[in-house]
Amino acid sequence: MGVQDAEPLDVERIREDFPILDREVGEGTDLVYLDNGATSQTPESVVETMSEYYRTYNANVHRGIHRLSQEASIAYEDAHDRVAEFIGASGGREEVAFTKNTTESMNVVAYAWGLSELGPGDEVVLTQMEHHAALVTWQQIAKKTGAEVKFIRVTDDGYLDLDHARELITDDTEMVSVVHVSNTLGTVNPVSELADLAHDHDALFFVDGAQAVPNRPVDVEAIDADFYAFSGHKMCGPTGVGVLYGKRHLLEEMDPYLFGGMMIKKVTFEESKWNDLPWKFEAGTPPIAEGIGLHAAVDYLESIGMDRIQRHEERIVEYAYDRLTDHDDVTVFGPPGDDRVGLVSFDLDGVHPHDVSQILDEHGVAVRAGDHCTQPLHDVLGVSATTRASFYLYNTREEVDALVEAVDAARELFAV
Amino acid sequence: MVGSDMYRQQILDHYRNPRNHGELEDPTFSHVGENPMCGDEITMDVELAEDGETIERVAFRGEGCAISQAAASMLSERLPGKTLSELREMDRDDVLDMLGVDISPMRIKCAVLAEKVAQDGAEIYLGEKDLDRTSTE
Ligand SMILES: Cc1ncc(COP(=O)(O)O)c(C=O)c1O
Repeated sequence: MGVQDAEPLDVERIREDFPILDREVGEGTDLVYLDNGATSQTPESVVETMSEYYRTYNANVHRGIHRLSQEASIAYEDAHDRVAEFIGASGGREEVAFTKNTTESMNVVAYAWGLSELGPGDEVVLTQMEHHAALVTWQQIAKKTGAEVKFIRVTDDGYLDLDHARELITDDTEMVSVVHVSNTLGTVNPVSELADLAHDHDALFFVDGAQAVPNRPVDVEAIDADFYAFSGHKMCGPTGVGVLYGKRHLLEEMDPYLFGGMMIKKVTFEESKWNDLPWKFEAGTPPIAEGIGLHAAVDYLESIGMDRIQRHEERIVEYAYDRLTDHDDVTVFGPPGDDRVGLVSFDLDGVHPHDVSQILDEHGVAVRAGDHCTQPLHDVLGVSATTRASFYLYNTREEVDALVEAVDAARELFAV
Repeated sequence: MVGSDMYRQQILDHYRNPRNHGELEDPTFSHVGENPMCGDEITMDVELAEDGETIERVAFRGEGCAISQAAASMLSERLPGKTLSELREMDRDDVLDMLGVDISPMRIKCAVLAEKVAQDGAEIYLGEKDLDRTSTE
């Protein structure tokens, strides 16, 4: 069964799992939470799982012989297997390291692989729509190593210019790092095609999946990604835990990025021998409660179905796109409403995005205004900031209506 | 709709019809600053009276949100007649009083941008500071 005919979600039922959605933000003003691209809300099952850990088996992992430590270790390690299964990593836990977030996952590879493998004459190919997590990281590693960073152009309608990609990716390319889903444009990038392009030139392929894993089925092996990164807090999980997937042989060859306890097998005053995968990449006490919480988040999302979540978002965003662009003074950036992920970044003519989001906030509508950590992309779009509404599995058409009404109010207030 | 708290008529009026908008022909000093998080930018021109101490004329230009632009417009009306030391003594409360509305914590930087630009401009003029651009970061 494809995504197109996925069964609609029972949103009323789902909203019961997220009590926060019932709160008010000011007298008689209901919260309309449309800032899911920044962070998603957390279902009861995740909160409960983490509380249960703290209430009943809180202990450090991998180092105690005692019962609590065993229980915590098993739960924490299992979480790796569960996440691996969720993203189609057949190597299991050995291919999945927990980090703090997408940004750290990116830095692990940039430091561990980039610093030793890159040098003058080497090229790293990114896209103009990269999040700062990738852009700043590779830019700085390039400065340290003498490598050069190139950017695949974004077309006027918000897609990657694949002809330009074919031009930029050459035998000098060592790494291609691409955002799977743009957090500003809502574009879903053709990652398998780009993986092939990278591999044709013996380059590695890194995918920033922070905005993809939360809302669609992702199979890292079908994509043929060498590395794939995402964050727990955008997929119904807790903050403080992120994931770095890497093909096993690459992770084996790479040196660790952080040193210290847990990531070693044997230490003398002179030498250290690294621990097995993935622990080699998890120095110090890891995010134990968060890792276990992420397991619960994956269970939650799969109990609903990634196909259905994707389809729900597509329906909501198409509706939002159509309603917002009913007015000529609203520009939505990126691809058309029927070909994007569940977010809209827009400009309301004559009203600064910070004023728009302030007025939306007065109506209880939470959105994000700013550059969404894609400043260079905003330069390409020719605006300094945009207002972004981003949807998730618990959002309704009525909430889109509330957004549109609040935008109407902003328009009215600022009308000359 | 609920009446907007932060966008009272006065603020909207200054935003739509900014006072002293533009450039001075012969400013004693001129300074620019920005609020990097929002992309607000403001340039203030200040002309001093013969005594070299009293502000005679002010003009501003820039772009950004209603709060930052309205604050600059209001400030440009308040400053003439004040001395440089009075300008330098102004603080965030003075700006908030001037705006006359509650500014949410996230927007304070927008509100105080014009004041900081004018103050830094004065201190650079007096040789007490060395700075290309003011930033509210
Ligand atoms: C596409 C993309 N990449 C990376 C990130 C960074 O995620 P985090 O802040 O969790 O590291 C985000 C989220 O802000 C994102 O949207």
